Amino acid sequence: MNDTLVQEKATQTAVDDDVVIRIEHLKKSFGDNEVLKNINLELHKGENIVVLGRSGQGKSVTIQCIAGLLEPDDGSLKVLGKEVKDLSDDELKELRSKLGFLFQSGALYDSMTVRENLLFPLTRVLKMKDEAEMEQRIKDVLESVGLEEAIDKYPADLSGGMRKRVGLARTLILRPEIILYDEPTTGLDPITSREISELIVKLQEKYETSSIIITHDIACARIVADRIAVMNDGEFIATGTYDELTKSPDELINNFFK
Amino acid sequence: MRTIMASVLTSAFNKYMEVVGDQVVFTGQFARNIFRDGFEWGEFLRQCYIVGYRSIGLVAITGFIIGFVLTLQTQPTLKDFGAESYVPGMVSISIVREIGPVIIALICAGKIASSIGAELGSMKVTEQIAAMEVSSANPIQYLVVTRVLACTMMLPLLTIMADALALLGGWVGVNVQEHVSMALFFRKSFNALKFSDLLPSVVKTFFFGYAIGFVGCYKGYHSSRGTESVGSAANSAVVSASLWIILIDAIAVQVTNLIYY
Repeated sequence: MNDTLVQEKATQTAVDDDVVIRIEHLKKSFGDNEVLKNINLELHKGENIVVLGRSGQGKSVTIQCIAGLLEPDDGSLKVLGKEVKDLSDDELKELRSKLGFLFQSGALYDSMTVRENLLFPLTRVLKMKDEAEMEQRIKDVLESVGLEEAIDKYPADLSGGMRKRVGLARTLILRPEIILYDEPTTGLDPITSREISELIVKLQEKYETSSIIITHDIACARIVADRIAVMNDGEFIATGTYDELTKSPDELINNFFK
Repeated sequence: MRTIMASVLTSAFNKYMEVVGDQVVFTGQFARNIFRDGFEWGEFLRQCYIVGYRSIGLVAITGFIIGFVLTLQTQPTLKDFGAESYVPGMVSISIVREIGPVIIALICAGKIASSIGAELGSMKVTEQIAAMEVSSANPIQYLVVTRVLACTMMLPLLTIMADALALLGGWVGVNVQEHVSMALFFRKSFNALKFSDLLPSVVKTFFFGYAIGFVGCYKGYHSSRGTESVGSAANSAVVSASLWIILIDAIAVQVTNLIYY
């Protein structure tokens, strides 16, 4: 009996070690508007979860809570084993250095060139000083996203797809363990969307990251998702693989895949 | 009717107190981040260049014209009273004590506070500030501390330059009707000035500069989402900074009078 308990506990610990983000009963309101009602989600190491849902359902709010940009009203949110709301400023800063966030617009610093955009986190967050090492990192990461030639361009000179790639490069340069993508293919043509989706998978394999990807783009979801979580009215109503969800009898879920 | 009035006033008061609270918190963040994790010298010097060097033209022309016009306006009146020789002294005291610092600060509020408000507002709208926060960089230190300190350091220098050019403008103004040597004009100007005229007027420009930088950063950093808020941040930055300048000037005059007179 005792052996069984020890074995179960060991299995549970192994599962816990594997979980990089654990969200339980998360709630968030803005005034009277209850955006997140009861969010429960686990992201495992090396996993890509796609969050699908109509606009205004709380998808972006969820990842902003994970990144510590918004403070949840209630519930538990553990990132890499740490409860986000209990972290001090310095602890949150340290945690964020292990998190990458790709904004919908790319959010590139428009007064800086691509090189300066990539240097910024290296000098400010990693406090790197060795110029040769920094230059090498910049070249590596730009090569990974296929944009070596854009190194001295300003964001205003780049196309939408290129900006997303540079945004992705800036996220990857800190070698994060988890990446949060906020609609990575929004506003792109179908060919570029596909390229970005394939790039996400390629980079996830290369850098061994875990990701939460918010998207409305079913083609993107099919390419990148290990698991899909469908959000409706402030909670997840279904999770499963792409194939499982396309066969769901639930009309609401099925509508996303039509 | 009375209940509606009370509720409107309470709501307005609460909103005002929220803004005051936000500003206090923002001041605390600014102070805490001045030397945290090193100082952003590169960005600070870049801001000094933008705030100081790029304002030289506007401030120089404004300063020169203030002195020139002030002389042209006052000279005939003083002439009527046979007090024409007091023109340099009157011009220098008016310019150095009050007109120079206040007008230059108001001009800079229009140019610099609006530009900072719009720049930071636009960075907020396009999620660049959130991107800095989420990547563990320190946006307050990089964006706010550097801009506020650059304004605080540059405004006194711009004002001193404008004051000098205003005196030059005054000398040109005098020479429109009569001939007065530059040496004589400047000697009479400086003879009329006392240490108690110079020091307080320079000290208050540090506060004007701080107000311009702080208000510009606060309005931009706290602009809401949407492009309209960028314009609104720029606009309210100018209005608020101008009001602060007038208020600080009123306080500075009282403090100066208490200390020196």
